[in-house]
Amino acid sequence: MLAFIVRRLLQSIAVLLAVGFIAFSMFQFAGDPVNNMVGQDANAETRALLRERLGLDQPFPIQFVRFIGNMLQGEFGVSYRLGMKVEQILVQRVPATLELVLIAALLALSVGVPLGVYTGLHRHGALSRVMLTVSLIGISLPTFLIGILLILVFAVWLGWLPSFGRGKVVALGWWTTGLTSWDGFRALILPAVTLSLFQMTLILRLVRSEMLEVLRTDYIKFARARGLTSRSINFGHALKNTMVPVITITGLQIGALIAFAIITETVFQWPGMGLLFLQAIQFVDIPVMSTYLVLVSLMFVIINLTVDLLYYAVDPRLRIERSAVGAH
Amino acid sequence: MVAPANQPLLQVSNLRIEFPTRRGTLVAVDDISFHIDPGEVLGVVGESGAGKSLTGAAIIGLLEPPGRIAGGQILFDGQRIDNLPYESMRRIRGKQIGAVFQDPLTSLNPLYSIGRQLIETITTHLPLSDSEARKRAIDLLAEVGIPSAERRIDQYPHQFSGGMRQRVVIALALCANPRLIVADEPTTALDVSIQAQIIALLKKLCREHGTAVMLVTHDMGVIAETADRVAVMYAGRIAEIGPARQVIKHALHPYTEGLMGSIPTVGADAERLVQIEGAMPRLTEIPAGCAYNPRCPKVFDRCRIERPEPVAVGPTGVACWLYAKEGPRG
Repeated sequence: MLAFIVRRLLQSIAVLLAVGFIAFSMFQFAGDPVNNMVGQDANAETRALLRERLGLDQPFPIQFVRFIGNMLQGEFGVSYRLGMKVEQILVQRVPATLELVLIAALLALSVGVPLGVYTGLHRHGALSRVMLTVSLIGISLPTFLIGILLILVFAVWLGWLPSFGRGKVVALGWWTTGLTSWDGFRALILPAVTLSLFQMTLILRLVRSEMLEVLRTDYIKFARARGLTSRSINFGHALKNTMVPVITITGLQIGALIAFAIITETVFQWPGMGLLFLQAIQFVDIPVMSTYLVLVSLMFVIINLTVDLLYYAVDPRLRIERSAVGAH
Repeated sequence: MVAPANQPLLQVSNLRIEFPTRRGTLVAVDDISFHIDPGEVLGVVGESGAGKSLTGAAIIGLLEPPGRIAGGQILFDGQRIDNLPYESMRRIRGKQIGAVFQDPLTSLNPLYSIGRQLIETITTHLPLSDSEARKRAIDLLAEVGIPSAERRIDQYPHQFSGGMRQRVVIALALCANPRLIVADEPTTALDVSIQAQIIALLKKLCREHGTAVMLVTHDMGVIAETADRVAVMYAGRIAEIGPARQVIKHALHPYTEGLMGSIPTVGADAERLVQIEGAMPRLTEIPAGCAYNPRCPKVFDRCRIERPEPVAVGPTGVACWLYAKEGPRG
């Protein structure tokens, strides 16, 4: 088990290095940051000086190695646009995004799984058909459109919820949260719903089809023949057997949520990492862009590791690979 | 006919199972009647599609839709069970009527230890605490011949071989001391060398517990070894039913004769086994008269027109015009 985790961590480091390399090399084509930083009338000498100060005059491999070396020492560089240390900017932004993603994921799971079970069990019911049809809308409408529609209905027409920003946030150490105040919570509702809708319908449909599959298996028939209660069969035996694919997809989707958050954050002017990243691209703010990408890939790696560990928790067949498979 | 000492444990009368399809209704089991006495082993043999497994499923109340019981009734211990609501039937399943399925590799939930599956079944049906149920589960595992049951109870299905898993399945069927076990081809999926062990085990346990068994199989050898009585099914009907010894030694129905001829005998110097020409008709094209008539070597005109009803010949019931004592009715 420990060997497995160590092996995965080593693989993760390789993945992170690769992502960093690709990201860094792409930024060579993003434009010249110096143009954005100096005024129109700066002369060539000023530009060259600035270029040298930022290390941009060095060849690409040296820039990359320096970037990695600095990162290992906890130095993420200084934003070209804001003139602040990147880690300080990120510390302000990360809580907003993670909070949004976490709430969206919880929402998607807590609505998607029960509805998936329901539609799987009552496959021909009228309510199931309605839910499946509605879920088609959720799966086919683009995120930004859903966001704009929600703003139109709940912020503009009804005026119930704010259309942008995080509302009032409370600082808990370096972490800022909007969950503890009513104002912050209200601001979170629309973006979280927008972000979760696609994942919710995806999970609903996944759980439903897995349930249909599992309910046909012999062990469910045998569980019925043993006279177990429907509740124990549906939730104890069937649902647990659908969990491995659901965990896989949910893990991948949490990664996707962080990525999709860029769109949602833009629509709702949510002060998170996604919005920061978009602004950084416009300004060719290389330190911010590369740190963002490495951070996101780090989150992916952590999520994937968690997913692998969850497999072990759910499926005993994976657990026992080493201990001798019993007699016979 | 064998007169039951008291009322039979299971009485199936005129059972009819239908499948509605787009092209009309298919009759998979057509008007069959039989009974099982307490503690008795009834073998049900026939080719695939003869309706034997469906009959078993109907008895435990787990016919898969769209299949449905379209006529007749099933009495268990004098009580009608074919029309019970799901919840009442659930209480009978596992407690009064146990089941053993064909494939032990897929009968157990892979994510739960066998102990958990046993304990859950025991506590569902019997008023025992978890620790009492666990003790009972260990005893049951030992009883079905699982070595060091104490240790293996916490293992998962994939840690058991096919034969061992079928033993676990039998333990699960016996959990609440049912009075009848419906065993649907319990050895078909197993190694030949294991089959005999499992059949011997099933037979021994049921004798010890006084449990009756409906043993569905297509293996005449298993029947000869195990069953007290045997019912031979063909195309949804019972061709012949009677004491196993009688049916095997002195088969009356030409189909049973054919089946018996196809059992290889050790030491016999036959070059080829006898085989029955042709195949059992599909449900959509069952011929008029006796369903066996196109394959029957002793067929005569009446077989092609009128359907034979079972008549008693000694201890055996047989549905064949060869044994009709009087002329056609009506």
